[in-house]
Amino acid sequence: MTDIKETKLLDARGLLCPMPIVKAGKEMKTLAAGDILKVMATDRGAIADFPAWSDDTGNELLEWKDQGDGTLVFYIKKGED
Amino acid sequence: MPRTEDVALTEEMVRKIVREEIVSAFRKDPAAKRACLIASKGTLDWAYPPLILATAAAAAGLETAIFFTFYGLNIIHKDFERRLMVSPVANPAMPMPVPMPDLITAMPGMQTMATSMMKSMFRKKGVATIRELLDVARESQVRLIACQMTMDVFGYAQSDFIDGVEFGGAAAFLSDARKSHVTLFV
Repeated sequence: MTDIKETKLLDARGLLCPMPIVKAGKEMKTLAAGDILKVMATDRGAIADFPAWSDDTGNELLEWKDQGDGTLVFYIKKGED
Repeated sequence: MPRTEDVALTEEMVRKIVREEIVSAFRKDPAAKRACLIASKGTLDWAYPPLILATAAAAAGLETAIFFTFYGLNIIHKDFERRLMVSPVANPAMPMPVPMPDLITAMPGMQTMATSMMKSMFRKKGVATIRELLDVARESQVRLIACQMTMDVFGYAQSDFIDGVEFGGAAAFLSDARKSHVTLFV
Protein backbone atom coordinates (compact mmCIF):
# COMPACT_ATOMS: atom_id res chain seq x y z
CA MET A 1 0.00 0.00 0.00
CA THR A 2 2.71 2.44 0.96
CA ASP A 3 6.38 2.49 0.05
CA ILE A 4 7.42 5.19 2.50
CA LYS A 5 10.61 4.19 4.26
CA GLU A 6 10.88 5.54 7.76
CA THR A 7 14.08 6.76 9.39
CA LYS A 8 12.78 5.79 12.81
CA LEU A 9 9.86 3.90 14.27
CA LEU A 10 7.95 4.99 17.36
CA ASP A 11 5.70 2.41 18.91
CA ALA A 12 3.09 4.38 20.84
CA ARG A 13 0.54 1.60 20.95
CA GLY A 14 -1.35 1.40 24.22
CA LEU A 15 -0.63 5.03 25.10
CA LEU A 16 -3.34 7.63 25.42
CA CYS A 17 -3.38 11.40 24.88
CA PRO A 18 -1.07 13.29 25.21
CA MET A 19 1.69 10.66 25.28
CA PRO A 20 1.79 9.72 21.56
CA ILE A 21 2.33 13.40 20.70
CA VAL A 22 4.77 13.94 23.56
CA LYS A 23 6.85 10.92 22.49
CA ALA A 24 6.69 11.88 18.81
CA GLY A 25 7.92 15.36 19.74
CA LYS A 26 10.84 13.85 21.62
CA GLU A 27 11.75 11.54 18.73
CA MET A 28 11.52 14.37 16.20
CA LYS A 29 14.18 16.28 18.13
CA THR A 30 16.65 13.46 17.39
CA LEU A 31 15.93 13.52 13.65
CA ALA A 32 17.16 15.78 10.86
CA ALA A 33 15.04 17.71 8.35
CA GLY A 34 13.67 15.35 5.73
CA ASP A 35 13.83 12.31 8.02
CA ILE A 36 10.64 10.34 8.41
CA LEU A 37 9.16 9.19 11.70
CA LYS A 38 6.72 6.30 11.60
CA VAL A 39 4.35 6.27 14.55
CA MET A 40 2.17 3.34 15.51
CA ALA A 41 -0.66 4.24 17.86
CA THR A 42 -3.90 2.84 19.17
CA ASP A 43 -5.29 6.11 20.55
CA ARG A 44 -8.15 7.06 18.22
CA GLY A 45 -7.59 10.71 19.16
CA ALA A 46 -4.34 10.49 17.23
CA ILE A 47 -6.34 10.68 13.98
CA ALA A 48 -7.07 14.33 14.74
CA ASP A 49 -3.97 15.02 16.82
CA PHE A 50 -1.20 14.07 14.43
CA PRO A 51 -2.39 16.23 11.50
CA ALA A 52 -2.86 19.21 13.86
CA TRP A 53 0.43 18.64 15.62
CA SER A 54 2.33 18.22 12.35
CA ASP A 55 0.86 21.47 11.09
CA ASP A 56 1.78 23.31 14.31
CA THR A 57 5.34 22.05 14.34
CA GLY A 58 6.16 22.58 10.68
CA ASN A 59 6.44 18.85 10.06
CA GLU A 60 4.55 17.13 7.30
CA LEU A 61 2.14 14.27 7.77
CA LEU A 62 2.83 12.33 4.58
CA GLU A 63 0.27 9.63 5.10
CA TRP A 64 -1.69 7.80 7.73
CA LYS A 65 -3.67 4.63 7.66
CA ASP A 66 -5.85 2.50 9.86
CA GLN A 67 -4.47 -1.01 9.78
CA GLY A 68 -7.86 -2.34 10.78
CA ASP A 69 -6.58 -4.19 13.84
CA GLY A 70 -6.87 -1.09 16.01
CA THR A 71 -3.43 0.17 15.04
CA LEU A 72 -3.04 3.52 13.34
CA VAL A 73 0.12 4.26 11.42
CA PHE A 74 1.41 7.76 10.71
CA TYR A 75 4.34 8.83 8.55
CA ILE A 76 5.62 12.27 9.50
CA LYS A 77 8.40 14.03 7.68
CA LYS A 78 10.50 16.41 9.73
CA GLY A 79 10.39 19.95 8.37
CA GLU A 80 13.15 22.53 8.07
CA ASP A 81 13.60 24.29 11.36
CA MET B 1 -2.34 47.41 -26.56
CA PRO B 2 -2.38 45.30 -23.36
CA ARG B 3 -5.79 44.11 -22.32
CA THR B 4 -6.74 45.18 -18.80
CA GLU B 5 -7.95 41.71 -17.78
CA ASP B 6 -4.39 40.40 -18.21
CA VAL B 7 -3.26 42.25 -15.08
CA ALA B 8 -6.47 42.63 -13.10
CA LEU B 9 -6.67 40.63 -9.88
CA THR B 10 -9.66 38.44 -9.48
CA GLU B 11 -11.48 38.27 -6.17
CA GLU B 12 -10.22 34.72 -5.82
CA MET B 13 -6.60 35.85 -6.20
CA VAL B 14 -7.04 38.57 -3.61
CA ARG B 15 -8.55 36.08 -1.19
CA LYS B 16 -5.62 33.74 -1.75
CA ILE B 17 -3.10 36.52 -1.07
CA VAL B 18 -4.95 37.54 2.10
CA ARG B 19 -5.04 33.94 3.30
CA GLU B 20 -1.32 33.53 2.73
CA GLU B 21 -0.56 36.80 4.49
CA ILE B 22 -2.62 35.74 7.50
CA VAL B 23 -0.82 32.39 7.69
CA SER B 24 2.57 34.09 7.46
CA ALA B 25 1.62 36.73 10.05
CA PHE B 26 0.45 33.95 12.37
CA ARG B 27 3.77 32.15 11.94
CA LYS B 28 5.67 35.28 12.90
CA ASP B 29 3.39 36.14 15.82
CA PRO B 30 5.23 35.24 19.05
CA ALA B 31 1.91 34.92 20.90
CA ALA B 32 1.02 32.00 18.65
CA LYS B 33 3.96 30.19 20.23
CA ARG B 34 2.88 30.58 23.82
CA ALA B 35 0.31 28.99 26.09
CA CYS B 36 -0.65 30.00 29.64
CA LEU B 37 -2.90 27.88 31.80
CA ILE B 38 -4.37 28.25 35.25
CA ALA B 39 -4.90 25.09 37.31
CA SER B 40 -7.30 25.87 40.14
CA LYS B 41 -8.62 22.47 41.15
CA GLY B 42 -7.01 19.97 43.47
CA THR B 43 -8.65 16.65 42.72
CA LEU B 44 -7.17 13.72 40.83
CA ASP B 45 -9.55 14.05 37.89
CA TRP B 46 -9.01 17.80 37.54
CA ALA B 47 -5.24 17.50 37.80
CA TYR B 48 -5.24 15.88 34.37
CA PRO B 49 -6.61 18.55 31.99
CA PRO B 50 -4.02 21.28 32.69
CA LEU B 51 -1.13 18.78 32.63
CA ILE B 52 -2.34 17.08 29.44
CA LEU B 53 -2.88 20.39 27.66
CA ALA B 54 0.42 21.83 28.84
CA THR B 55 2.50 18.81 27.84
CA ALA B 56 0.73 18.65 24.47
CA ALA B 57 1.35 22.36 23.99
CA ALA B 58 5.04 21.94 24.80
CA ALA B 59 5.21 19.00 22.37
CA ALA B 60 3.76 21.30 19.70
CA GLY B 61 6.61 23.72 20.30
CA LEU B 62 4.76 26.23 22.47
CA GLU B 63 6.42 27.99 25.36
CA THR B 64 4.06 26.89 28.10
CA ALA B 65 3.36 27.93 31.68
CA ILE B 66 0.87 26.66 34.24
CA PHE B 67 -0.12 28.89 37.10
CA PHE B 68 -1.29 26.83 40.08
CA THR B 69 -3.68 28.59 42.35
CA PHE B 70 -6.01 27.65 45.21
CA TYR B 71 -6.60 23.87 45.31
CA GLY B 72 -4.53 23.52 42.15
CA LEU B 73 -1.47 23.82 44.40
CA ASN B 74 -2.16 20.21 45.36
CA ILE B 75 -0.94 19.11 41.93
CA ILE B 76 2.60 20.36 42.50
CA HIS B 77 2.75 19.63 46.23
CA LYS B 78 5.51 17.13 47.11
CA ASP B 79 2.80 14.89 48.51
CA PHE B 80 0.59 15.11 45.38
CA GLU B 81 0.19 11.37 45.09
CA ARG B 82 -1.67 11.15 48.40
CA ARG B 83 -3.35 14.54 48.16
CA LEU B 84 -4.96 14.14 44.75
CA MET B 85 -8.17 12.23 45.28
CA VAL B 86 -11.51 12.03 43.62
CA SER B 87 -14.83 12.12 45.41
CA PRO B 88 -18.00 10.47 44.18
CA VAL B 89 -20.07 12.79 46.39
CA ALA B 90 -22.28 15.16 44.40
CA ASN B 91 -20.66 13.91 41.23
CA PRO B 92 -23.41 12.22 39.23
CA ALA B 93 -21.10 11.93 36.21
CA MET B 94 -18.66 9.69 38.02
CA PRO B 95 -18.79 6.15 36.64
CA MET B 96 -19.70 3.74 39.45
CA PRO B 97 -20.11 -0.03 39.31
CA VAL B 98 -23.65 0.44 40.61
CA PRO B 99 -25.57 3.71 40.97
CA MET B 100 -25.21 5.03 44.51
CA PRO B 101 -26.94 7.88 46.31
CA ASP B 102 -24.82 10.52 48.04
CA LEU B 103 -25.87 9.08 51.43
CA ILE B 104 -23.74 6.04 50.57
CA THR B 105 -20.92 7.74 48.65
CA ALA B 106 -20.43 10.16 51.55
CA MET B 107 -19.52 7.32 53.90
CA PRO B 108 -15.96 6.97 55.26
CA GLY B 109 -13.61 5.19 52.90
CA MET B 110 -15.63 5.91 49.77
CA GLN B 111 -13.29 8.68 48.62
CA THR B 112 -10.26 6.41 48.97
CA MET B 113 -12.10 3.69 47.11
CA ALA B 114 -13.19 6.00 44.30
CA THR B 115 -9.61 7.30 44.01
CA SER B 116 -8.03 3.88 43.71
CA MET B 117 -10.78 2.87 41.28
CA MET B 118 -9.98 5.82 39.06
CA LYS B 119 -6.24 5.21 39.28
CA SER B 120 -6.59 1.56 38.32
CA MET B 121 -9.01 2.40 35.48
CA PHE B 122 -6.53 4.97 34.13
CA ARG B 123 -3.65 2.54 34.44
CA LYS B 124 -5.58 -0.16 32.60
CA LYS B 125 -6.48 2.20 29.77
CA GLY B 126 -2.93 3.47 29.38
CA VAL B 127 -3.39 7.02 30.69
CA ALA B 128 -0.17 8.55 32.00
CA THR B 129 0.06 9.06 35.75
CA ILE B 130 0.22 12.54 37.27
CA ARG B 131 3.86 11.86 38.16
CA GLU B 132 4.66 11.00 34.55
CA LEU B 133 2.92 14.11 33.27
CA LEU B 134 4.74 16.30 35.79
CA ASP B 135 8.04 14.73 34.70
CA VAL B 136 7.23 15.29 31.02
CA ALA B 137 6.18 18.87 31.78
CA ARG B 138 9.47 19.65 33.49
CA GLU B 139 11.54 17.84 30.85
CA SER B 140 9.83 19.85 28.14
CA GLN B 141 10.41 23.16 29.92
CA VAL B 142 6.82 23.81 30.95
CA ARG B 143 7.03 26.47 33.65
CA LEU B 144 5.20 25.50 36.82
CA ILE B 145 4.29 28.59 38.78
CA ALA B 146 2.74 28.45 42.25
CA CYS B 147 0.48 31.29 43.33
CA GLN B 148 2.24 32.92 46.27
CA MET B 149 -0.95 34.47 47.65
CA THR B 150 -2.80 31.14 48.01
CA MET B 151 0.35 29.56 49.40
CA ASP B 152 0.37 32.16 52.16
CA VAL B 153 -3.36 31.72 52.82
CA PHE B 154 -3.08 27.91 53.01
CA GLY B 155 0.17 28.07 54.97
CA TYR B 156 2.44 26.44 52.38
CA ALA B 157 6.20 27.02 52.26
CA GLN B 158 8.15 27.06 49.01
CA SER B 159 9.85 23.84 50.17
CA ASP B 160 6.45 22.07 50.15
CA PHE B 161 6.52 21.91 46.37
CA ILE B 162 8.23 19.63 43.87
CA ASP B 163 11.53 20.67 42.30
CA GLY B 164 11.43 23.20 39.52
CA VAL B 165 8.41 25.15 40.74
CA GLU B 166 8.55 28.96 40.45
CA PHE B 167 6.55 31.41 42.48
CA GLY B 168 4.50 34.37 41.34
CA GLY B 169 1.32 36.37 41.51
CA ALA B 170 -1.57 37.53 39.36
CA ALA B 171 0.51 40.20 37.63
CA ALA B 172 3.14 37.65 36.63
CA PHE B 173 0.46 35.40 35.15
CA LEU B 174 -1.24 38.26 33.32
CA SER B 175 2.04 39.47 31.91
CA ASP B 176 2.56 36.02 30.38
CA ALA B 177 -1.09 35.66 29.40
CA ARG B 178 -1.24 38.88 27.39
CA LYS B 179 1.58 37.54 25.25
CA SER B 180 -0.16 34.21 24.66
CA HIS B 181 -2.98 33.34 22.30
CA VAL B 182 -3.77 30.26 24.34
CA THR B 183 -4.97 31.09 27.84
CA LEU B 184 -7.10 28.62 29.73
CA PHE B 185 -8.59 28.53 33.19
CA VAL B 186 -9.04 25.00 34.46
